[in-house]
Amino acid sequence: MIRILDEIKKSPSLMRDAYCTALLKAAGENENIVALDADLSSAFGMTPFFKAHPDRAIQCGIAEANMVGIAAGLSAVGKIPFAHSFGCFTSRRACDQIMISCAYAKLNVRLIGSDPGITAAHNGGTHMPFEDMGVLRSIPHITLIDVTDPVMLADLIAQLSTDKYYGVYYLRFPRKNAKAIYAEGSTFEIGKGVTLRDGKDVTLVASGFLVAEALAAAETLAAEGVSARVVDLFTWKPLDADLIAKCAAETGALVTAENHNITGGLFAAVSEAAARSRPVPIEPVGIEDEFGQVGGEDFLQKAYDLTAEHIVKAAKEAIRRK
Amino acid sequence: MADKELFNLAAEIRIGALECLGAFGSGHIGGAMSVCDTLAVLYGSELRHDPKNPDWDLRDRLVLSKGHAGPALYSALALRGFFPREQLLTLNQGGTKLPSHVDRTKTPGVDMTCGSLGQGMSAAVGLAYGARLNKWDSYTYLILGDGECDEGQVWEGAMFAYHNKLSNLIAFVDCNKQQLDGYTKDVLDTGDMAEKFRSFGWHTLTVNGHDVDAVKAAVQAAKAEKTLPTAIILDTIKGYGCTFAEGKANNHSMTCGKDDVDAAIAALRAKIA
Repeated sequence: MIRILDEIKKSPSLMRDAYCTALLKAAGENENIVALDADLSSAFGMTPFFKAHPDRAIQCGIAEANMVGIAAGLSAVGKIPFAHSFGCFTSRRACDQIMISCAYAKLNVRLIGSDPGITAAHNGGTHMPFEDMGVLRSIPHITLIDVTDPVMLADLIAQLSTDKYYGVYYLRFPRKNAKAIYAEGSTFEIGKGVTLRDGKDVTLVASGFLVAEALAAAETLAAEGVSARVVDLFTWKPLDADLIAKCAAETGALVTAENHNITGGLFAAVSEAAARSRPVPIEPVGIEDEFGQVGGEDFLQKAYDLTAEHIVKAAKEAIRRK
Repeated sequence: MADKELFNLAAEIRIGALECLGAFGSGHIGGAMSVCDTLAVLYGSELRHDPKNPDWDLRDRLVLSKGHAGPALYSALALRGFFPREQLLTLNQGGTKLPSHVDRTKTPGVDMTCGSLGQGMSAAVGLAYGARLNKWDSYTYLILGDGECDEGQVWEGAMFAYHNKLSNLIAFVDCNKQQLDGYTKDVLDTGDMAEKFRSFGWHTLTVNGHDVDAVKAAVQAAKAEKTLPTAIILDTIKGYGCTFAEGKANNHSMTCGKDDVDAAIAALRAKIA
């Protein structure tokens, strides 16, 4: 069951704390849960896990490729490894290890990439993954999730700590605050989008912090007489193609909003799905094939056109093109 | 005195590997031949395994990180009864269970998928760490190539194994001194491999990799080491024991005609007659 908060505001808890708390709980219930780290445990808020389970908290040093390979090996003897680093390093640095040692070898690994896109902020272009999902999206059978808020994160970690799921899962989320969208106790189905608001003129398909921007954009559009549907498409792969087809058919126009390069990202994934079911005008809000840079999140959001205003503009353009 | 049984098994593994490669007509002959004596020691003596139960939790595991030596491992597995020997003739055919590079999802007895060099080290480290967490008394064996040690990931894993005192990890480095483009000393000089592993903190031994008694003794010494991971540096010859490959310059991957293969197999049979 999913419940949406009446008012969207900054999440009360940090995402990294939600992650650590959820993993601690899972580790208490399942002795096969192990956490791997590449010299970011304190930055990742994982100190409580390291203290509680020193044998199951595996410090790999600054060696992400090795960390991911070790995770593959651990899963081959029945462990459920969660390996975390900044998203740029989890994805790019260990890409071949994810491909061969994890995915091709059909092993059971959870990969965490923090600080996605502009949330890398003052760490700048070297640490600002606009491409992590795109790099991984062409790996067969991998599951890619852009986590929305701490409630969703806690639920997904709990689910992925069970034997119900087997495979390679990559989750990206900021370490610090997110906009809280969901009420405590909400549960999510991996691979299924969440329709947050109904509408008939256009569908705003968003993930990550852009879900909150899309909801704000829908309010603005409503005031102007445009009825916008809002979908949180947190699972980028496998994509909820049925939902995209339905939204395309019922609203006739789509906008995608992502904290990622539109090349290989959500715009690409949604366009691919719509092209195979119901081709309609689709306008992207996202990174237009650029590198990252340093700056505060507010600055970067504006610098890369990732605001509610831009979503409104894109929605009008998509409707115009119908 | 040489262990005749292991000596003969090594020759049988070579024969099976040559049948396998010969059926396809080409492949990684040099690097397959150089590890056969080690495989004989493992599957003939030291590696705990059960062909009837390839997924047995408490088995020892082997990560053939130089995954292109698959045909040698396939031969050993077939000889031990993991699958029928006739399957050796299906190498690289569409739908085969025996691909050029080892694949844990396809072949009974193959514990890890390898082929992208360097990655087997990390996987082996993970297996060894996990086995220890599970309180299993099993060993993880790893076979690396010397050319493979160009890959930085090998050394990332080596640091981790030392730091975590993975004494249940036993790595072989098949120092056959050749890689695809030529001699390792010309392509990228690996220097003193034993000294490298020693400096990474490993218990390190160097043996003649074609002397089954020496290899067996080294494995037993590795098992007696209760603190550190062990690296067994195998002094080997690429293509060893194969008449048309041994000592050749470009024997990493080569074609092989039926006559050549038949002659090589006949020479091996003569050794064990």
